[in-house]
Amino acid sequence: MEEINQNSQTFLDFDSDILKPENENQLQQIIKYCYKKDLPVEIVGARTKNNIGKKLQCAKTLDMSNISGIVDYKPEELYITVKAGTPIKTVQDKLKSNNQHLAFEPTNFSEIFKKDSNEGTVGGTLACNFSGSRRFKVGSGRDHILGFKGYNGRGEKIKSGGTVVKNVTGYDLSKLITGSFGTLLILSEVTLKVLPLQADTKTIIVSGLALEHSLGIMGSAIASSNDPSGVVFYPGSLRSNFVFNDLTHPGSITAIRVEGTKISTEQRINNLVKDLTLIDKNIAVLDSTQSEIFWEDTRSLKVFSKNQRNILRAVVPASETVNLINRLKTFHPNYFIDWGGSLIWLELDYLSNQKIDQIRKRILDINGYLTVIKSPENIKSSSEIFTIDPIKFKISQNLKKSFDPKRIFNPGKMYTGI
Amino acid sequence: MTTLKMPRIDRQVLKDRDKIIKDICGFTNSENVLSEREELKPYETDGLTAYKQTPMLVVLPKTTQEVSKILSYCNKNKIKVVPRGAGTGLAGSALPLADCILLGLGKFNKILEIDYKNRCVVAQPGVTNLAITHAVQDKGFYYAPDPSSQIACSIGGNVAENSGGVHSLKYGTTTNNILGIEVVLIDGTITRIGEKVFDSPGYDLLGLITGSEGLLCVITEVTVKILKKPDTVKAILLGFSTVEEGGNCVTQIISEGIIPAGMEMMDKVLLEATNDFSKAGYPLDAEAMLIVELDGTKSEVDELIDKVAKIAKQNKCSSMKISKSDEERLKFWSGRKAAFPACGEMAPDYYCVDGTIPRGKLAKVLKEITKLSKKYKLPVANAFHAGDGNLHPIIMFDANDKTSLEKTEKFGSDILKLCVKFGGVLSGEHGIGVEKRELMCEMFNNNDIQQQLSIKNSLDPSSLLNPGKVYPILRKCAEEGRLHIHGRDKSKFSDIPRF
Repeated sequence: MEEINQNSQTFLDFDSDILKPENENQLQQIIKYCYKKDLPVEIVGARTKNNIGKKLQCAKTLDMSNISGIVDYKPEELYITVKAGTPIKTVQDKLKSNNQHLAFEPTNFSEIFKKDSNEGTVGGTLACNFSGSRRFKVGSGRDHILGFKGYNGRGEKIKSGGTVVKNVTGYDLSKLITGSFGTLLILSEVTLKVLPLQADTKTIIVSGLALEHSLGIMGSAIASSNDPSGVVFYPGSLRSNFVFNDLTHPGSITAIRVEGTKISTEQRINNLVKDLTLIDKNIAVLDSTQSEIFWEDTRSLKVFSKNQRNILRAVVPASETVNLINRLKTFHPNYFIDWGGSLIWLELDYLSNQKIDQIRKRILDINGYLTVIKSPENIKSSSEIFTIDPIKFKISQNLKKSFDPKRIFNPGKMYTGI
Repeated sequence: MTTLKMPRIDRQVLKDRDKIIKDICGFTNSENVLSEREELKPYETDGLTAYKQTPMLVVLPKTTQEVSKILSYCNKNKIKVVPRGAGTGLAGSALPLADCILLGLGKFNKILEIDYKNRCVVAQPGVTNLAITHAVQDKGFYYAPDPSSQIACSIGGNVAENSGGVHSLKYGTTTNNILGIEVVLIDGTITRIGEKVFDSPGYDLLGLITGSEGLLCVITEVTVKILKKPDTVKAILLGFSTVEEGGNCVTQIISEGIIPAGMEMMDKVLLEATNDFSKAGYPLDAEAMLIVELDGTKSEVDELIDKVAKIAKQNKCSSMKISKSDEERLKFWSGRKAAFPACGEMAPDYYCVDGTIPRGKLAKVLKEITKLSKKYKLPVANAFHAGDGNLHPIIMFDANDKTSLEKTEKFGSDILKLCVKFGGVLSGEHGIGVEKRELMCEMFNNNDIQQQLSIKNSLDPSSLLNPGKVYPILRKCAEEGRLHIHGRDKSKFSDIPRF
């Protein structure tokens, strides 16, 4: 057995376009080889999100899917350590068996990019840092990574953080790495904070509210002491995507999720009806099972999954959302609003560089930011996918240099020149 | 006092002092520039009073533009800058250098905006942590991270040190509770990182800067998120006849899916000391005591308190008290909050150590600390933020006995090494500063440290911002001191609650 391992290391085929290390030793050899030869690599896990970001023109693809497996799971310490190529689903299943979960409910792009319900790897999920409806309550991926091991662009093994939540020991590189789209470092192992699954979930749905009214209610819900864990708005045009026994009213959907013990969810639903004066509105309450489906559909952008259209992601201060939606009407987008009013998912039939620039300007005007999630190849190569200003571009360029001086990791994936 | 190696003094800068003062007075009102010996004295140390150094001069700018001009000037003239908030930090991160400009942000003391619609507050960095909660509490809101020194510590300092508090497990530390900052880079560039939105695009510079102890930039504005106060908060006070049983109770509470708002443990030594001091009504026959605080809706809190009580009984708790009112709950905490002054009553001096361990390792680590206490012949009292694993052993000694101080420093250092050995880290909330600098190589190897230094270099190429902090000089793992406070009445800010 040992001999086979040794052989697989010895006979690493560097000529192949796809480099797929079997273990960390090989991974390090590959990076050192690429560093020496100035060979840029595109880093992929399960390729579920590799359509996001600029199109790469790399000599090699580095496939991390074999660097996989659960290294250490301590439910009572609320952490799990896994290899970066471990499928998210493997982690979720493992945690579920102990009544725990990844509370930041990462956005599942598999339906959007038609990836056969495979929602990718832990490494890819953290590299992208797109988090779901609990964002305002529990944070995003960057708030749940406790530590990591990985390799910088020189092939040096680097670690940061640990397995504990309270840690001020040097720069918090875990956060810097999260959301860096594999442009700074290749993650090999990560430790994630996990949290208990709540015994009960209920979702109160108010039907038929106009956008502005809904946003008011969404804000009041979050600002109440009822501790909601998801607040989302779907316009009436998307209503037909939701079929639930308990949801009979037509029109737009304003959904508020509460989680906790059964007594607690009941009390909080009652409080919300009272506090937000919903008694005379068309309301329905989804039980745990229906709630789970509703929020899974939200997490996987299901309302957009039937189409092949373009998808944009805007994050703005919640107070500006109505204005923004009004200012975007001219583009006729399909949209829904998550994070209690702050995250707007947009779907457009037709996209051009000019259109992206116009939309981005409207978003920047209100101190928000735009990310192009899905667009035609020609747009991806010519338009900015992420938002950045010149000062932060320069800082980012310097940081890139400190991790990956020869720019061999996903060069240009986020920004041209980084 | 232990001697501390600091970066080489730039004699030329000291020679040019008069010219520098004159130039700086061109960027800010001369009343904001302190250069007389007696004016500099209050700034010679921060909360880590074991180390003192008079700075070359102190500048207290009032605007971001002034900070920008000063930093740009310092960058051009290669003058070191040590940023300082309220100076309450316990790791010496704001310890001045002999040839530095100490840049105090105390005059940045205004709350600029309260935005209930977006549930955030925009504050200048010199505003105290508690002032933010005070500004929004009439509408039922609060700012979650609550370091014990919150009455005095500044929000800018909180960002620099990623401050925590007793509620970190449920509500996170500073890094999880801020949305944006305005910073000035060493070349004078002013930039905003983050806005009133989550997860700004590009690299997470907010995450990088939070907890960077003033080494990367100067913070001139902070946007924090605020939360609605929970309906009901209750606490349960539990005594145990062994530390193991208390530790097992903590583990079982978490294992059963309960995330308390706060969970605090004290050992017998601290229990007795604080009870005598504050008459908090602690169970004096117990070897360990737990305060478990739960918050939420009333029915939820009642249900969880019942669950915790049941778990405590399963773990053979020797006594149990549930708070019946907010006053009683605060009384439970009063002894814990008085840990420092209470220890001050027991010995002429004490050292507080700050490290984090996995919760489940508590009993083992405490056993090892007891062994060390016998080895060094120094008494120790232990406080433990059991919810998040943050351990604060307090070593008692007499600084007049020179060997006692040396022994104490070694003892503290051994405890931190223990934390790392048991899978924890060197600092939970005080930061590294100068205090634990030399211990960084207990946790990190050369690659790790070089990568971090390379980040520093990319933002501050001449290493002018707070040099000599966090990272070891000459990479030597020497023994360094812990927080040293000499006597209750003699210490600086002795009235401010700590850790």
